[in-house]
Amino acid sequence: MRYLPLTPEDRANMLAVIGAKSAEDFYTDVPAAARLKTKIAGLPDHQGELAVERYMIKLAARNRSASSGPFFVGAGAYKHHVPASVDMILQRSEFLTTYTPYQPEIAQGTLQTLFEFQTQVAALTAMDVANASMYDGSTACAEAAVMAARVTKRKKIILSGGLHPHYAAATRLLCEAQGLTVVQLPIAIDGEGALAEAADGETACVIGQSPNVFGTVTDLSDVAKSAHDKGALLVSVFTEAVSLGLVTPPGEMGADITAGEGQSIGNGLNFGGPYVGLFACKDKLVRQMPGRLCGETVDADGNRGFVLTLSTREQHIRRDKATSNICTNSGLCALAFTSHMTLLGGKGLKQLAELNHEAACELADALGAMKGVEILTPRFFNEFAFRTPVDAEAVLAMLDEAGVVGGVRASRLFPDGHMGDVIIAAATECTTADDIAAYVTALKEII
Amino acid sequence: MSMNTQGRPTAPAAISTPTIETVSGSRGLLQHEDLLFEIGTSETTGVDLPKPKGLKSRLGGVTRKVDTGLPGLSEPQAVRHYMRLSQKNYAIDLGLFPLGSCTMKHNPRLNEKMARLPGFADIHPLQPQATVQGALQLIDELATWLKTLTGMPSVAMSPKAGAHGELCGMLAIRQALIARGESETRKRVLVPESAHGTNPATAVQCGFIVDEIKANKRGRVDMDDLKSKLVRTDDIAGIMLTNPNTCGLFETDIKAIADLIHAAGGYFYCDGANFNAIVGRVRPGDLGVDAMHINLHKTFSTPHGGGGPGSGPTVFSEALAPFAPVPFVVKDEDGFYRLVEQTEGAAKDSFGRMVAFHGQMGMFVRALTYMLSHGADGLKQVAEDAVLNANYIQARLKHVMTPAFEGFCMHEALFSDAFTADGIETIDIAKALIDEGYHPMTMYFPLVVHGAMLIEPTETESKAELDRFCDALESIARRAAQGDDTLRGAPYLAPAKRLDETRAARKPVLKWTAPSSERVAAE
Amino acid sequence: MTIYFTKDHEWIRVEGDTGTVGITAYAAGQLGDVVYVELPETGAKFSKGDDFAVVESVKAASDVYAPVSGSVVEVNGALADAPETVNAAAEGDAWFVRVKLADRAELSGLMDQAAYEAFCEGL
Repeated sequence: MRYLPLTPEDRANMLAVIGAKSAEDFYTDVPAAARLKTKIAGLPDHQGELAVERYMIKLAARNRSASSGPFFVGAGAYKHHVPASVDMILQRSEFLTTYTPYQPEIAQGTLQTLFEFQTQVAALTAMDVANASMYDGSTACAEAAVMAARVTKRKKIILSGGLHPHYAAATRLLCEAQGLTVVQLPIAIDGEGALAEAADGETACVIGQSPNVFGTVTDLSDVAKSAHDKGALLVSVFTEAVSLGLVTPPGEMGADITAGEGQSIGNGLNFGGPYVGLFACKDKLVRQMPGRLCGETVDADGNRGFVLTLSTREQHIRRDKATSNICTNSGLCALAFTSHMTLLGGKGLKQLAELNHEAACELADALGAMKGVEILTPRFFNEFAFRTPVDAEAVLAMLDEAGVVGGVRASRLFPDGHMGDVIIAAATECTTADDIAAYVTALKEII
Repeated sequence: MSMNTQGRPTAPAAISTPTIETVSGSRGLLQHEDLLFEIGTSETTGVDLPKPKGLKSRLGGVTRKVDTGLPGLSEPQAVRHYMRLSQKNYAIDLGLFPLGSCTMKHNPRLNEKMARLPGFADIHPLQPQATVQGALQLIDELATWLKTLTGMPSVAMSPKAGAHGELCGMLAIRQALIARGESETRKRVLVPESAHGTNPATAVQCGFIVDEIKANKRGRVDMDDLKSKLVRTDDIAGIMLTNPNTCGLFETDIKAIADLIHAAGGYFYCDGANFNAIVGRVRPGDLGVDAMHINLHKTFSTPHGGGGPGSGPTVFSEALAPFAPVPFVVKDEDGFYRLVEQTEGAAKDSFGRMVAFHGQMGMFVRALTYMLSHGADGLKQVAEDAVLNANYIQARLKHVMTPAFEGFCMHEALFSDAFTADGIETIDIAKALIDEGYHPMTMYFPLVVHGAMLIEPTETESKAELDRFCDALESIARRAAQGDDTLRGAPYLAPAKRLDETRAARKPVLKWTAPSSERVAAE
Repeated sequence: MTIYFTKDHEWIRVEGDTGTVGITAYAAGQLGDVVYVELPETGAKFSKGDDFAVVESVKAASDVYAPVSGSVVEVNGALADAPETVNAAAEGDAWFVRVKLADRAELSGLMDQAAYEAFCEGL
C-alpha cells in the first residue's frame, strides 16, 4: 500500500515496544460480536495509481463539462474563468495540507490571507465586517436568519418570492428547528419589492435577494427602511458574487446582514461544491456572528500578526450557547476567492462584471427577438428568465441534442410554481458570440 | 607556477553569529510580506480582459455608487505574495501533524489530480441529469462504500462538513419524533462532558436541550450517571456519543448504552470524527447506532485546506432512513442515475433540504479515489496502523509524561499535565514542539483531563518519523518536569513569536483600514 | 453600606434599597485577561440566581448570576471600552450593574467578606 509507510518489521518492533502481541490487542474493548475477523466483504482490494486513474477518467467522461460547448446554466452557480495561478496557489502544500490556524505562530500564511479575504468581502459588499467564510451561500443565508432572530429576539422570518428555493429550504429547515416562524412570499420574478410591505412588529428579518433567482436586480433600500421602521433587520442575499462589481451592494442598500455565494470568484463549478459562503454584517452585530473571525494583533516582539479571535461565540468554547454549531469554514475556497480577487483588483472586477452584463444583454436581445420568446426579467445582471412557446423541459432536451446546454427550467426549482414554460439562462465572460448564435439557431429549430 | 590573483575564501571564517537586523524585514529565505492593501494599487489588475463594448445597461439603475477601491496585483506580484505567505505555514507535507481528533494524514496527490478532471470540476449542479451520469454514478458508488464500511442501510451525502452532518443526524431524529407525535415532549439529548463542542451546539441548534453525562475514571461514559439520567425516559430524544471517544478510547459499554437509549425511546447519534481508528475493522451498524456523520477530510484523506472545505456524509439506520434529507441519487431499472430533489414519492418523509445542490462533489471525488486506492484490505490496515502508531507514541512517552488513562489507546494518545513542574503549562510544551519543527498536539481538549495533550499521529507516519517526534517531545517533557522556564517563551524559531490574543479580542481589528493620513489625502 | 458575596463569586454592595453588583477579584484572577463583558439593559428585571451578564476571556465565557432579585437601574457602560478594568479593579470601578432590590431579605443568604475569603481558601 503506497500510502502506508510501516513495514512488517516496523510493526513487529513497535508491538514489542508496546508490549502487545498483535493489533487485535488494541480492539479488545470492542464487543466481540462487532469485531470483524476479516476485511469487509463486498468491496474491491487496493489498486495502483494507474488503475484508479483509468477508472475515474472513465466516470468523468460520462459528464459533459461546461467548457465543452455553449453553456448557459446559472441559478446559483456560474461558469467563470479561473486564472491558472489561482489553482497553482491552492495546490501549494503549505495551504492545501494545513489545519485551521489555531497555532498562529506557524499559520501566519493562512491567517493573513483570511484577514485579506475579510477585508475584500467587507469592501465588495460595502458592509462593516465579514467573517472568514461559511460552507456556502445557502447555509450562510440560514445562519443569517437565525442570527437576526437572536439580535432582535423575535421569531418571524420573511422570505422574498425571488429567493433561491434551495436557500429558502435550508433557511426554513434551520429556523423551524429553532422554533421560528418562516413566511414565504409568493414566487415572483420581480418579487423583492413586496418585502417592503411585509414586515410587522414581530418580524426578526426580511430576506431579499439581488440579483434574485430569476436574475432580477432590485434596490432594497426601501425594503431596508420599512424593515427598520418595524425594528426588523434586512438580510440581503446574492448568489452571483461577480455582480458586486456593478450592482448596488448590500451595504449601500442598508442591509444589516448579507449572505452570499462566493463561488463565482476563483472557484470552479464542481457539481455544486465545495463553494464558499460569504457573510458580513454591521459592526454592532459582530458578537452575534456565526463562524470564524481573524483579527490583527502583535506578537511578543511587537511585530504585526493575526489570530482567530472573538472565539467565545463559537462551539468549541461556548458549546450549547454558541452562536452556531459551525466548526469548519471553507478555507481553501476562500483562498481561491481572495487570490482571484487579488488578481482582479477592484478595477478588474468591475470590468469583469461589465463583460458579464453585456454578454447577458446580447443573449437577451438575441432570444427576445425570436417569435414566441418573452424575456420576463425586467432588470438583470448576467441572468434572466424567459418564456418559451413550448414546454421548457422539452426545449432544454432538444437544445441538449444540438449541443447547447440552454439553462435551467424554472419548474426544476419551483415544481409547484406553474412555470413549466420558463427557462432561466445565464451568460458570463465565457460566453462567446458563437455560443449565442448556436443557441439561437438551435432554438429556432425547436419553436 | 602561473600566478592567479582570483583566490577567495571557500571555507567559512570563524566568526561568531551576531544579532542580525535586516533592512527588508526578511530573514533569509523567510521573506517579509506586507498586506495586499499595502502593496497593491486600485489601478492594477493581474488579468487581461477584453474591453466592454459600452452597450446600454439593463440594470435599471440598480448600480454600485461607490467603487470597492480594492487593490490588485499583477500576476508575478500575486504569485509572490501568496508564495511568501505560504512559507509562514506548517503543513502535513512538511512533517508530522499530531493534532488529536483532527486526523492529519497524508493527502494523496492522485486525489487532487482526479478532482480536477473537467468531467468532475467543470460540471454544473443544475445541468440536465443525462449530461452528468458519471457524476451521479460516482456519488452512488461512494454512498455504497460508506454504507458498506459502516454497516448502515442509508446515507445522506449533502452535509457540507462534520458539524453539518451532526445537524443532519439530529434533524432526522427531530423529524422521526415529529412523525411519532413526540417532538414537543422529547427534548432532552444526553451528551458526555468529554464531547466535542459541536455536539451540544448542534443539539441546541435543533431545538433540543443538552443534559451532560459524566466520564468515569477509565475515560468512558459513567454508566451509573447515564442510568440516573434515564430514570425519566418520556423526555429523551437521544444521545450524542463520539466513538472511539475524544479520549481516544473505545466505549466499552457501547452496546449497553445503545440498548438503554433505545429502551428509553430515544435515538443513538454517533459522532464519527474518529472513524479512522476502526474503519474496515468495526461497523457502527453493529453497535446499535442510528445516525453517524463521517468526516471525509479525516478518515478519507481529503485535504484540510487551512480550515475546510470539509464534507460530512451521514449514515442512517432503518429507523431514521426515511427522514434523511433530499437530494439523493437513485439508480433506475434502466441504469439511469436520477436525483430525487423534492420531498415527495420516495422522499415523502424526508426532513427536507439542508443546502443548495448535492453536497461536496470535489471532496467525493477525492474520497472515492482514496478508497479505490486502499481497497477493503488497505482500509483495514489503515485502522490498524493508525492505532499501532498511537500506541507506540504512548508507550515511548509514558515514562516521561502522564497517560490520562490506563491501558491501550485507539488512534490517539492522551496525556495530562500531571508530570509538569509548577509554572509550566501544557501550552508551553505545545509551543516548544514548534521549535523542534512540529505542529503542536491538540491541547486542553478533552475538557475532562487537566491540561490535556491529545496526540494523533495517523497511519501515514513512518517509524523513523515517529521516533524523531518522540525524541523531541521526550526532551521537552523532561524540561517541563524540571521546570525549565525558557519553555514559557517558546516558540523562538517560528515565523512569529507568541501572539497577543487578549489584545486581538479586546479591541477587535477585523479588516484593514487605510492609515488616517492616507484617508484624508483620498478625500 | 454593606458588601455581600455569593458562592458563584459575585459581590453586591448595598446602599439603601440599591445594590451595586460585580464579580470578585478572585473570580477575575481565575478567568485570566477579561476581554469583554456583556451587560443587560437598564430596566431589565431578574430573579436571584438568573444569569444576567456574561464575562469573557479569550478562551472562556462565564455567566454571571444575580445575587438578588431586582431591576437594573444603571449599567457600567465604561466596561465596553475598557474590559481590562475587571482585572484591575474587579471590586471597585469594574462594577457591572446597579439594581433596585426586590427583596432585602434575600441578602441574609449571602456571605460577608470574611466568610467569602474563608470560602475561597477552601477551593
